[in-house]
Amino acid sequence: MDAEVARRERPSEFDIELQLLLDAIFLKYHYDFRGYARASLKRRVTVALTRLGCATVSQLQDRVLRDAALFQSLLDLVTVPVSEMFRDPAYFRAIRTDLVPVLRTYPSLKVWVAGCSTGEEAYSLAILLREEGLLDRALIYATDINLASLARAEAGVYEVDRLTTFTDNHRQSGAPTSLSDYYTAAYGRAVFDRSLRANIVFSDHSLATDSVFAEVQLVSCRNVLIYFTSPLQNRALGLFREALVPGGFLGLGAKETLRFSAHGDAFSERHRTERLYQKRMTA
Amino acid sequence: MSRSGSHGAGVEAIVVGASAGGIDAMSIVLPAISEAFAGAVFAVLHLPRERPSLLVEIFAPKCRLAVREAEDKEPIDARTIYFAPPDYHMLVDRGPALALSADPPVHFSRPSIDVLFESAADVYGPRLMGVLLTGANEDGAAGLEAVHRAGGVTCVEDPATAAVPFMAAAALRRWPGHRVLSLPALADWLSAVTAGNPA
Ligand SMILES: C[S@@+](CC[C@H](N)C(=O)[O-])C[C@H]1O[C@@H](n2cnc3c(N)ncnc32)[C@H](O)[C@@H]1O
Repeated sequence: MDAEVARRERPSEFDIELQLLLDAIFLKYHYDFRGYARASLKRRVTVALTRLGCATVSQLQDRVLRDAALFQSLLDLVTVPVSEMFRDPAYFRAIRTDLVPVLRTYPSLKVWVAGCSTGEEAYSLAILLREEGLLDRALIYATDINLASLARAEAGVYEVDRLTTFTDNHRQSGAPTSLSDYYTAAYGRAVFDRSLRANIVFSDHSLATDSVFAEVQLVSCRNVLIYFTSPLQNRALGLFREALVPGGFLGLGAKETLRFSAHGDAFSERHRTERLYQKRMTA
Repeated sequence: MSRSGSHGAGVEAIVVGASAGGIDAMSIVLPAISEAFAGAVFAVLHLPRERPSLLVEIFAPKCRLAVREAEDKEPIDARTIYFAPPDYHMLVDRGPALALSADPPVHFSRPSIDVLFESAADVYGPRLMGVLLTGANEDGAAGLEAVHRAGGVTCVEDPATAAVPFMAAAALRRWPGHRVLSLPALADWLSAVTAGNPA
């Protein structure tokens, strides 16, 4: 290794401290962020230092190890709980027109929304399935590692100022009904229909450390894999591959692809632009 | 560190950012990059949220390097200009490889110039060149400073002649040492540096 290469590979203090922080979090709380994409994780930890009033990552580590409440705050800053109903309407339109006819042929339907954040994606799919007359025979597993997000997802209550976007998105998804059929607005909040909740199970599950819990016909995992390095992406995709029935569907985020993954061969492209894949019969 | 420095020798990557007026400015700057340049170019242009974006269609016919919209975890090809996709941040991660993120907007912008520049500075250090053009907000100012602090070469479009001077002016307020060039001079300089004859 020449001097230039050595200099390049030498980690900064921040990199060293970050590695130690991730090890500490794993040992103490069993959350595994060690396989997360570094560049964006670094940014979020930098933001966390300011928000939590720490001068260095080592200081943050010291506090996190002794204060479980502080760890929850850090988790919120590190896990990016941002979502939207019917985000990328064309994705939901493709599910409606292209996947629903196939999904209809199953007597009972199981869907896994992995990395569901505060629930918007799970409710979107529940509404879509209701519109297509499939919700009664469907069960949606919506999973995430952030317990605070899961609690908000359970509640199904969103600020009314977000409804304009949700409503536009919903309309553009080819919906035959109006989004307002599914919520009641009061005191600046929209409360989504409890009957949608009846077919959704929200639970704590990590794509980094947990295993498959059910056989499903559709997995929707959007804007979660971008936070992972390739090995962790491969782990998560391996779980989806195992959970899906042969011929089952996998939907990713608008900029995520199986092209650079170890499981690409197990799937065929069902809808290229909307990132919908189908597990091969033989995989 | 003799290989780094202010002349642009040893540059492995170039980051370019612009906002209001940026399509026109990038149409002058990006085509100036020489086909002899063996590195990669990363560009962030603030645009209204829309999909699919037309940036590849607009720039590919004008540029001498290949032009692509970034995909997550894509290995970085040399001689390629990558645009951040609308509504995602684009970062350079270890590898180096491209990474996207759906983190909240920075300076009301996603993609954000700061996010790209800071991540690229971290990976490329002194082998990076940062260029900030026209724009109406201060995104990019912190990022360009990070490029400079990591030992990279930095340059802003002259606020006196930029379509919208605010962005370059904000960068100069943070650190006044960035090279300041008019758009045509910037294009000439970039062309010389990437052809291997830094002025
Ligand atoms: C940007 S949100 C995506 C929300 C939603 N799927 C969407 O596209 O609108 C990313 C979510 O992934 C979750 N997440 C991060 N790491 C995870 C892991 N190891 N297992 C499961 N979920 C994870 C985060 O808690 C966060 O809620």
